[in-house]
Amino acid sequence: MKTTLTVNGRSHEVDHDTRRTLLDTLRDDLDLPGTKKGCDHGQCGACTVLVNGQRVNSCLCLTAMHDGDEVTTIEGIGSPERLSALQKAFVEKDGYQCGYCTPGQIMSATAMLKEMRDGAPSYVSDDLDAAELSDAEMAERMSGNLCRCSAYPLIREAIAMAAEVEK
Amino acid sequence: MTDRFTMDEPQPRLLDETGQGVIGTPMDRPDGPQKVSGTAGYTADHPAPEGMAHGYLVRATIARGKVLKIDREGAMGLEGVLDVITDPRMTRNPAQGMAGEAPVQPADAVHYHGQPIALVVASTFEAARDAAQRLSVEYETEDAAVSPGNTRDTEVDDPETAGDFDAAWDSSEVTVDLNYTTPSHAAAAMEPHAAVAQWNGDAVELRGSLQMVRFNKKELADSLGIDASQVRILSPFVGGGFGSKLGIGPEAVAAAIASQKLGRPVRVVMTRQNVFDMILRRSETAQHVRLGATRDGRITAISHDDRVSNLDEEGFAEPVSQASQFLYGADGLSFTQTVARIAATPAGSVRAPGEAVGMVAFEAAIDELADKLGMDPLDLRLKNLPEKHPMDGRPYSARRLADCLTEGAELFGWDARWEAGSRREGDWLIGMGMSSAARSNVLVKSAARVRLTGDRAIVETDMTDIGTGSYAILNQIAAEMLGLSPDRVEVRLGDSDLPGASGSGGSFGASSAGSATFLAAKKIRAEIARKIGCSEEALTLQKGRARGDNREADLSGLVTEEIVAEAEIEGGKTAESHFSSGFGAHFAEVAVNEWTGEVRVRRMLGVMSMGRILNEKTARSQALGGMIWGIGTALTEDMQSDSRDGHVVTRDLANYHVPSHADVPGDMQVVFLEERDDWANPIQTKGIGELGISGAGAAVINAISHASGHRIYDIPALPDRVISSFGVK
Repeated sequence: MKTTLTVNGRSHEVDHDTRRTLLDTLRDDLDLPGTKKGCDHGQCGACTVLVNGQRVNSCLCLTAMHDGDEVTTIEGIGSPERLSALQKAFVEKDGYQCGYCTPGQIMSATAMLKEMRDGAPSYVSDDLDAAELSDAEMAERMSGNLCRCSAYPLIREAIAMAAEVEK
Repeated sequence: MTDRFTMDEPQPRLLDETGQGVIGTPMDRPDGPQKVSGTAGYTADHPAPEGMAHGYLVRATIARGKVLKIDREGAMGLEGVLDVITDPRMTRNPAQGMAGEAPVQPADAVHYHGQPIALVVASTFEAARDAAQRLSVEYETEDAAVSPGNTRDTEVDDPETAGDFDAAWDSSEVTVDLNYTTPSHAAAAMEPHAAVAQWNGDAVELRGSLQMVRFNKKELADSLGIDASQVRILSPFVGGGFGSKLGIGPEAVAAAIASQKLGRPVRVVMTRQNVFDMILRRSETAQHVRLGATRDGRITAISHDDRVSNLDEEGFAEPVSQASQFLYGADGLSFTQTVARIAATPAGSVRAPGEAVGMVAFEAAIDELADKLGMDPLDLRLKNLPEKHPMDGRPYSARRLADCLTEGAELFGWDARWEAGSRREGDWLIGMGMSSAARSNVLVKSAARVRLTGDRAIVETDMTDIGTGSYAILNQIAAEMLGLSPDRVEVRLGDSDLPGASGSGGSFGASSAGSATFLAAKKIRAEIARKIGCSEEALTLQKGRARGDNREADLSGLVTEEIVAEAEIEGGKTAESHFSSGFGAHFAEVAVNEWTGEVRVRRMLGVMSMGRILNEKTARSQALGGMIWGIGTALTEDMQSDSRDGHVVTRDLANYHVPSHADVPGDMQVVFLEERDDWANPIQTKGIGELGISGAGAAVINAISHASGHRIYDIPALPDRVISSFGVK
């Protein structure tokens, strides 16, 4: 079957198996392997991308369900020569080790910072109307992204650093 | 020609004399921009070679027996299916680390539930997965013990002893006699094991996610029945290993066989469930610790016995009491290991095999002994640091354990520690715990080549970077030795055509491959000295310029033709004359919920002395990562198997709980104490990757006991166990 997707600003018509996930479409049909497969079950967050601006686990999305949607992957955030503020902060803070979960962490953090700006509260917010970007907020909101190298404190330092830059 | 160097004598500290100022600095990883932009090419990321087919591994669903029939015809009828491969060369599990030969090849025999028994190959991933899940398999089953507690097949090793433990134990004034259990652990690297195989004539090229390319090449060749010269392995980026990718895995062997049979490239990526079923786990342990002391706190007797498990024909046994043998002295020491043979996913190396679980029990027992003596656990440890290795009398090469303990205590505010079970904040009981850290250090044979043209250098070795920072530290060593800015140095790794290194394992990678790089660069220094006409000792290389004996020249003008130097290092007499180990101290503060038994780690500190630090940034990351593994060990990680057929029940990341962001506090501090280990290697380094975990879990467990006033003996400290430890009020 055929599905039309806009990925990182470019429109693609993909001819795919009905069983294909958005993750496999991105990686294998559109040659965007920056999005990673860690569990294929929505448990690790390595496959996080933005669909219409919201973070999702692309392994849990069937490509067929996203006709007309706008998708942003790590490749749409920045290249090695032109890194985003978050990407730069991850390098400077060593917010990774093996790097496999990193694209997912960065995509998730990109969306999370927007959620904060939009005033969305979380389970740990003391004030539901004015959540501050504290370490506890970041830890709660980033918990869908596992990092077995366990760079967690440094990932959060990197996010905090990028958030400062973007202010 | 390769220069060969054996570590027979302590080595001078050349890296303290060079002037570039790169070594030890917190340099960003050169591979960082690729990792954060998704352009670092892990195995399954490379563009699919023309005609590539997809393989999907099928697992056995019985504990022991034989495959009688696989419905190949039925599967072949499904659209897109190209083949259902069973082959006597397929392997039942990964090779153990540094095996250098094929793992067991069971043909149609089934040795454990979860064993790979076939590979379905199809033109698409979806078709292969569908056919594999529908595949009908007939078995002949045999009875088999699947739990270590109920197998009669056990091997009891001769005790390792020093002095007379029984006599020392009998005359001890104060004793503790304690039993602990820890469950199996999964390495659970974020990148599932993957392989892409492609043949060219009778030679195979394998892209794989592998930690030890030099050994993996031989293992793959031996599995396939070909010569190692016919194998090339490429593993430039590895999405985490932690021991799970030490040896060639079933996915790689199956991909190579399928590619050969079908005459086209084949990619096999394990599912997360495959990884839990087929990849070597850390063994569960049952541990018995007996400690005796005089009333004033001198430890007189130490015994640490354990029972671990493994599948038949696997030589590995989790070395549980490794650190217990050299941390503290006693009049009598005794260590006995029992290995239970069971039909279950085999056991192997997972980050810090031995210390990761052995130290949790041992250091908790030390804590309990301190309680019984009425001593501060810090003082008990400080009072019992031995002069020499208690088992064999070797002197320590470099050991700042006492400094780590005292400086850590001061930084953490240990002296403010209160009486156990006496502090609460609402429903939360607060406690502090600590532990010593130790992980023995080794040097493994390693080669590297350095090439210099003008002021540009290239480092080449089949060493891997599994997130440890090899790309950074090998760059820094070459840059420091050759007086170059790091951006003038390129590091090429993970290609079996390059000089063979130790690979990444046992925390020996940076020291071993780093020393080989150092020696190759040293050879180039000698050549540069000859060119400008000074002695090697008089040579200074800095900012791309060579100076010596009042002569100087820019490297760009001096080295117009490439200088190539290759060196190999291996361990020697210093390993026999001295005992080398990293040491440290972990401190943790936790909050324990009085009603739910939930434990929250509030802050942790690790103070470590681990030889020269090559890169302050990547070293810190390694140490932090290890400490967080300690949190997982203490609180959440619990790999469970079904007691009837041995199948892994917790076979995904929703059921096997690795620490997540919310489990880890932001206040995680790491402090390195300055140290040089001249007996370890010519760059004076020691292993880092595993010291962080060694003892970290014990600090958390001891903090829980301090918070609640009750001990935990079955690890992890799950909420129900914490609640039951409180007893009836």
